[in-house]
Amino acid sequence: MTNENEGSMGGRSPRGARQFFHRISLMANSPWGNGPKGDKGGKDGDGDRTGPRNPWVTPDPADPARGRKPRGPSALDELLRKGRGSFGGGGSGGGNSFNFGDSAGLWKWGVGALVVAWLLFSSFHIVPPEKEGVVTRLGSYSRTVGPGVKFTWPTPIERIRMEDVRAIRTMQIGSPNATDENFVLTRDQSIVDLAYEVRWSIRDPELYIFQLADPDGTIREVAESAMRATVANFDLVQAIGPGRVEIERQVQQRMQDLLDQYRAGVTIQGIAIRQADPPSQVDEAFKEVTAARQKRESDINLARAYEQQVLERARGDTAAFDKIYEQYKLAPGVTRKRLYYETMEGVLSNTDKTIVEARGVTPYLPLNEVQRRVVPAPEATTKGGQ
Amino acid sequence: MFEGLTRHPVRWLVGALALLVIVSQTVSIVREDQQALILRFGEIERTVNRYKPKEEFGRSGAGLALRIPFFESIQYIDKRILGINMERQQVLSTDQQRLQVDAFARFRITNPVRMYTAIRTEERLQQQLATILGSSLRNELGKRTFATLLSPERGAVMDNIQVALNREANKYGAEIIDVRIKRADLPEGATLEAAYNRMRTAREQEAITIRAEGQKEAQIIRGTADGEAARIYAASFGKDPEFYDFYRAMQSYRQTFLGETNQGGTSVILSPDNEYLRHFRGG
Repeated sequence: MTNENEGSMGGRSPRGARQFFHRISLMANSPWGNGPKGDKGGKDGDGDRTGPRNPWVTPDPADPARGRKPRGPSALDELLRKGRGSFGGGGSGGGNSFNFGDSAGLWKWGVGALVVAWLLFSSFHIVPPEKEGVVTRLGSYSRTVGPGVKFTWPTPIERIRMEDVRAIRTMQIGSPNATDENFVLTRDQSIVDLAYEVRWSIRDPELYIFQLADPDGTIREVAESAMRATVANFDLVQAIGPGRVEIERQVQQRMQDLLDQYRAGVTIQGIAIRQADPPSQVDEAFKEVTAARQKRESDINLARAYEQQVLERARGDTAAFDKIYEQYKLAPGVTRKRLYYETMEGVLSNTDKTIVEARGVTPYLPLNEVQRRVVPAPEATTKGGQ
Repeated sequence: MFEGLTRHPVRWLVGALALLVIVSQTVSIVREDQQALILRFGEIERTVNRYKPKEEFGRSGAGLALRIPFFESIQYIDKRILGINMERQQVLSTDQQRLQVDAFARFRITNPVRMYTAIRTEERLQQQLATILGSSLRNELGKRTFATLLSPERGAVMDNIQVALNREANKYGAEIIDVRIKRADLPEGATLEAAYNRMRTAREQEAITIRAEGQKEAQIIRGTADGEAARIYAASFGKDPEFYDFYRAMQSYRQTFLGETNQGGTSVILSPDNEYLRHFRGG
């Protein structure tokens, strides 16, 4: 019989320990303490107090939460069943007292297992590799332990709180969305829409835990304050362009100084400005500037093209002239005549020519005729049209 | 003993409960980030783990605090650095600029006795300090120009505010560690619009300047090119101006009478005296 077996095992445990566990269980909470009371009621023969009043119903759900002690649930179940059975039997005093004694032993055993589990779980701690544990003894800071399996006194005496000291945490301030603007004033009283992130990590977990009431909020406020103070030393044009790196550096410095002053135990790893734009309301004007720059470039480009064109032409013209002149110098008269006749030939062969022998005739020439001969085609077409 | 327990569980239970109550009334844990006041019938009897500057954790007074049960009670007060968050305030600077200011302060309760006597709880102290911070901020910023708030001088402004606030905070047993302007923004509406306009016109000015600059540079380049071309021409043609005159005239005739631009046709009336017709006359 498992009941008897367990009962005898309970009986084998030292008497002092039994008492201790029992007292602990009494102090722990009132439902536990009610145990014997309920049983006593049963012994007095109060038949109305049956199953549902059984005190073991109440602590049972607490048990799986308490620990992974393997025997607990089965022992309690057994006990429950037995308790119900005894009440159901009722009346017989001797049998009842036997049952009661047996269940008390089991009860001791269960409580003892719980206490052992509690001792184990509150004394052994596995600190993960990225964390450090801050141990407080009765509230007072005791030590900071590194990763590994660590021992402390059980819970009410020592407590451990672990903080991740390796992870670099990021905090976003401002948002790159157009709808959510985070305006910052610059030195020239302009406005810049900033979004940035702060990367930080915990340097001293004990400072981080004990010094600041709201570390995250503090870091955020310090970041905002430092960013605004820094940007106020920069002009808008610098803030949205070349000054970014310098701003990031200065903000980091400022934040670190302030947090060190608070003894926050935090290291600022870096600031990254994700966006530094002029507000959307004046964006057009900024684009205008960009357009103007482009225009300037294109104006200059055109001028350079003109320069090339003019110079090349000058070089070409002069080169041609120089060649001719070289030859001309060798035979000036002939070359000159040849050029003259060739030109005249070309010119006059393609034009209407009128040679007037006598002097003074020129005024009587029918200039209209001369003109008409030049443009016969349009007249013909108009006549055709009529 | 155990049989005694099972026989008189009520007695045991009552005893244990009484012990629990007495222990909880006698012993309390003061954490590292707390300071505690022991009150005897409401009168402050002594303090535990009181803030001392530059103390090390683990060597402060944190730990168990004992007191006489039922006669003395314990009151915990935060030992950490606390924050004051001020409501956003509109401040008018001397040059009549409106400004939305958000500020925060950090403080620590250094004198828990005074703090408890004056105002009791941390929350009420925070509210009180926020109100004081708001008014000293308005006072101080009201004496400054808008530009000051954006200059390195604002550090000095903050120091003044901190001194003023600290004076008040001392009365409540607190010490101000830091006062910062978190945000100083132009209020929505006309002021913000005016700022936008200023930014816009500044950009427009820049744009126009850049365009003009571009034109200027282009002109210079063209002028230089023309000059250079003239120099090249002069260097070449200057060797024989008379021949250049003739050569260029020939080119010009061709261009004028034969070129593509000569569309109207040309009629030439030649006098027999013309040089070209010299031989025509048989001269």
